[in-house]
Amino acid sequence: MAPETQAVAIAPEHGLLHHHFDDLEQQREATGLGMWLFLATEAMMFGGLFLAYTLYRWMLPESFAVGSKHLNIALGTGNTFVLLFSSLTMAMAVHAAATKNRRTMVLFLMVTWVLGAVFLGVKAVEWTADYHEGLVPAVSWHYFGEHPEQVSLLARHGEGPNHVMMYFVLYFCMTGLHAIHMVIGLLMVGIMILMGARGAFTQGNDQPVELVGLYWHFVDIIWIFLFPLLYLIVGFHSLGGH
Amino acid sequence: MSSATVDRQGAPEPKALEVIPREHYLNVEYGWKSWLFTFDHKRIGILYLISITLMFFVGGAAATVVRLNLLTPNSALVRPQTYNKMFSMHGVVMVFFFLVPAIPAVLGNFLVPMMLGAKDLAFPKLNLLSWYLYIIGALIGLAAMTFGGVDTGWTFYAPLSTQYAYGNVALTIVGIFLAGFSSILTGLNFIVTTHKMRAPGLTWFRLPLFIWSMYATSLIQVLATPVLAITLLALAVERLAHVGIFDPKLGGDPVLMQHMFWFYSHPAVYIMILPAMAVVSEIIACGARRPVFGYKMVAFASLGIAILSFLVWGHHMFVSGQSTFAGMVFLFLSFMVAIPSAIKVFNWTATLYKGSIRFHTPMLYAMGFIGLFTIGGLTGLYLASLAMDVHVTDTYFIVAHFHYIMVGGAVTAFLGGMHFWWPKITGRLYPEAWGQIAAIILFVGFNLTFFPQFILGYEGMPRRYATYSPEFQVLNVLSSAGASILAVGYMLPMFYLIWSLKYGPVAGPNPWRATGLEWQTASPPPTYNFEVTPIVTRPPYDYSPEADELEDARLALEQSKGDYEATRAQIEGSTTTPEEADHGA
Amino acid sequence: MSQLASGTHASTATEQHGHHIVPLAVYYRVFAALMVLLVLTLFAATFDLGPLNVVIALTIACAKALLVVLYFMHVRYSHKLVWVFGGAAILWLGILFAYTIGDYISRGWLPIAGR
Repeated sequence: MAPETQAVAIAPEHGLLHHHFDDLEQQREATGLGMWLFLATEAMMFGGLFLAYTLYRWMLPESFAVGSKHLNIALGTGNTFVLLFSSLTMAMAVHAAATKNRRTMVLFLMVTWVLGAVFLGVKAVEWTADYHEGLVPAVSWHYFGEHPEQVSLLARHGEGPNHVMMYFVLYFCMTGLHAIHMVIGLLMVGIMILMGARGAFTQGNDQPVELVGLYWHFVDIIWIFLFPLLYLIVGFHSLGGH
Repeated sequence: MSSATVDRQGAPEPKALEVIPREHYLNVEYGWKSWLFTFDHKRIGILYLISITLMFFVGGAAATVVRLNLLTPNSALVRPQTYNKMFSMHGVVMVFFFLVPAIPAVLGNFLVPMMLGAKDLAFPKLNLLSWYLYIIGALIGLAAMTFGGVDTGWTFYAPLSTQYAYGNVALTIVGIFLAGFSSILTGLNFIVTTHKMRAPGLTWFRLPLFIWSMYATSLIQVLATPVLAITLLALAVERLAHVGIFDPKLGGDPVLMQHMFWFYSHPAVYIMILPAMAVVSEIIACGARRPVFGYKMVAFASLGIAILSFLVWGHHMFVSGQSTFAGMVFLFLSFMVAIPSAIKVFNWTATLYKGSIRFHTPMLYAMGFIGLFTIGGLTGLYLASLAMDVHVTDTYFIVAHFHYIMVGGAVTAFLGGMHFWWPKITGRLYPEAWGQIAAIILFVGFNLTFFPQFILGYEGMPRRYATYSPEFQVLNVLSSAGASILAVGYMLPMFYLIWSLKYGPVAGPNPWRATGLEWQTASPPPTYNFEVTPIVTRPPYDYSPEADELEDARLALEQSKGDYEATRAQIEGSTTTPEEADHGA
Repeated sequence: MSQLASGTHASTATEQHGHHIVPLAVYYRVFAALMVLLVLTLFAATFDLGPLNVVIALTIACAKALLVVLYFMHVRYSHKLVWVFGGAAILWLGILFAYTIGDYISRGWLPIAGR
C-alpha cells in the first residue's frame, strides 16, 4: 500500500492539514475567525444602506409608508418563513457533517438550496409585479402618472412621487444586494452538495460546511431586518386619515 | 547559519564573509508561473512591491503635470478640464493604488509571518487573491482614467460625480472597489495570523511594535473599507441609472454621501500612517540601540489611534452643511485622536535619548519622518479647529497638511523600511552613501515643495483650480522647483537598489544587529521562513547601547591592530611572528 | 512539524468550537421561537401605534437575529474572540449610525443661521 494511503488510514485528518499551520486545531480556529471577520465586513457594507434607509424614512415618512403599501406582505412573510426554515435545515446539515452523516448532510443541504431558490423565485415574482405596476425607478416608473390621486395624497404632507421613488431605490438596492448574496450562497451550497456527496466533509473536515452555514445564516439575518423595515412600515392598517 | 532562538544579546556576528544561502525563496523555483501562482507571502510581497512602485510613478507623472501647469497662473500647459483630470488621477492612484496597499501589502506581507515566527500568513491563497484583486482594480482604474478620465477629485462628491461629471466615473469606481476588497482581505489575513499563529513564547507584549501597528491597521481595513464599498456602489448605481440615494430630486442628501465616504476615508488615512509608524518604531529602536521607550504605551496608542480614527470623520465636512453641533463634537474628538499619535512621537524621541545613535539611511528616513509627521500632525490640529478650518479648507493649506503626513510621513517611512529590510528581502546591502544622499535630497526637495503650500493656502490660494491669482506665482514656482528635487530623491533609490541586486555586498542574516525574529533567519529567507520554529523567551528590543558601543570599539581596535600589523609586515617585508599576531581577540 | 501545540497565545483556547456539537433539540426549539417571533411581528403590525411600531418591529428583529447568531451560528458555544469580533461589528455599525444621525438631529440646535 502506498505510504500516503496508509497514513490516511492511521490519521484520516492528517491529510487535511495545510502546511503553514502547526496542527488541525489551529487551522480550524484560524479559519473560523477568518469567516467571522469577513461577516463583520459584510455587516458594515449592508450597514451603509441601512443608514441611508434610516435617515430617509425619518425625513420622508409619508412616502416610505406609501411605498411600503405596494409591497406584498403575504409574499414577504412567506419568504421570511422560507429563509428562517432554510437556516434550520442548514444548521441540521452542519450538524450532520459534524456527526459524519454523509446522506443526511447532503439531504439537508439540498433542502436548503431549494428553499433558497424558492426565496429568489418569490422575489422575482415580486419584482416582476413591481415592473408591471410601474414602480421600478429608472426602468419602469409610471405608477404615479396613472394614479394622480396618490400624488395629491402625498402632496398634503409636502412629499411627492419622487420621494416614493427614493423608497423604491432603496428597496431595490437593499433587496438586490441581498439577492446577489443569496445567489452566491446558492453557488456555495451547490458546491458543498457536489463535494459533500463524494464524502468530502464527513471524514473529519466538516469546517467548510460550517463556514458556508455561517454565511447563509448571516444572509438570513439581513433579511430578518429587511422584512419589517421594508414591508411592515404601515402594516395591516390603512394609510388614510392622518 | 542562524540559530533558532533570540537568546543572544543581539550581538553582531563575527566579521566572517557572508554568503547567499544555497536555497531561498527567490531561487527555489523559477518561471513566471511560480510567481503568478505563488502562495508564498514573501513572493506576494514582491509582486505588490513592483505593482505599487509602478503605480507610484503613474501618480507621480500626474503630479508632474499638475506642478508644471502651476508654474504659471493662467494654466498655460493644459486646459482646465485636463488639469482636473490630472489632479483627480493623482489622488485616486496615490490614495487607493499606492498608499493604502504600500506598507501593509509589501512590508506587512513580507514581515508579519516572519516577525511572528510563522511559516506563512493564515490564508495564503486569499493573499494571492488579494493581489489579483488589486492588480485588476488598478488596471481598470488606470484605463478608466487614461481613456476618458475622471475630473471629480479622488473624493467623488455627489452630485458632481453622479450627475454632472464627464468621464469614466463608474469604471474608475469599479477599479477602486476591487482594490478595496484587496485591502480588506489583507487586513483579515493579518488579524487572524496575529491571533493564531504566533511562535511559542511570543506573547502579545513580546510582539514587535510593527505587529501592533499592523494589527491596528488591519482592524481599520476590515471595519472601514466595506462602507467605502457600499458608498461606491451607491455612486455607481446613481451614475448609471440616473437615480440614486444621494439625489436631491428624490429627497436625497449629498451630504450623506460625504458622511459615508469619510467614514472610510478618514480611517483610511490612518491605514496609510499606522504602518509607517510601525516601520519607524523598528528602525528607531535598532538605530538607537535601545528598546522603544514606553513599549506598552506605544502599543496601546496604535489601538487607540485605530479606534479613535473612526470617530472624527466630520472634520472633513465642517463647511458641507453639517450641523455646527456635530462639527464641535468632531472637533473635540479630532483633538483627542492627536494624543496617541503624539504619545508615539514623544516615545520615539525618548528612545533616542542616551541611545547609541547610528545615522544610517533607514535612521535618516525615520528621523525625517518624526519631524515631518509632527509638522503634518500639528497642522492637522489647526484644521481640526473648526473656526480656522472655515478659512483654510479647500485651500493649499490642506494640501500641504496631508502631503506632510502622506509623503513626509508615509512615503518617507516606506522608503526607510525598504532600505532597512532590503538586506532581508534580497540578501544584499545597498550602497550606504547613496542611500544617505538620496534621503537628504528627498528631505530637502520635500520641504521645498510643500512648505510654500502652507503659506499659499493660508493666503487664500484654493486647491483643485487650474489657475490662480498672480501674486501666488513665486511660491508656486518654488514649490514646483522643489518637486523636481523631490523627483530626484525618488529616482535615486530606484537606481542603486536595483544595482545592489547584482553588485551589492552580501548582507548575511543580520547586518543591522537587530532583534526580531525576521533577523534570526537567513537573508534571503527560505520559503518556510525558519529552519526550526523559533521559541521566544526574551522581551522585544533587547538592545543595549553600552554593549554595542563596547563591541564597536572592540571591533575598531581589532581593525586598527590588523591594519598596523599589515603595514608593519609591508615595511619589514616579513611575516609576523605568532606572538605578535596574537591580539587576544 | 512543531512539537508544541498552537495554543501558546495569551488566552488559551478553552472551547474547541468546531468539536462542540449542538444537540438537534436546541435547533428545533430555536426554530419554534423564531416562528413565534415572526407571528408576533405580524401581530404587532396590525395595530397602529405610531412611532412605537418600528421600535417593536426592530426589537423583535433583533431577538430573531440574536437567536440565529447564538444558536445557529454557534456563537453561544464559541471562543470569546468570536464574541469580540461579533460585538465589534455591531459596535462599529453603531458608530456609523450614531454620528451620522447625530449630525441630522442636531441641525438647528445652535443659534447659527443655516446650521
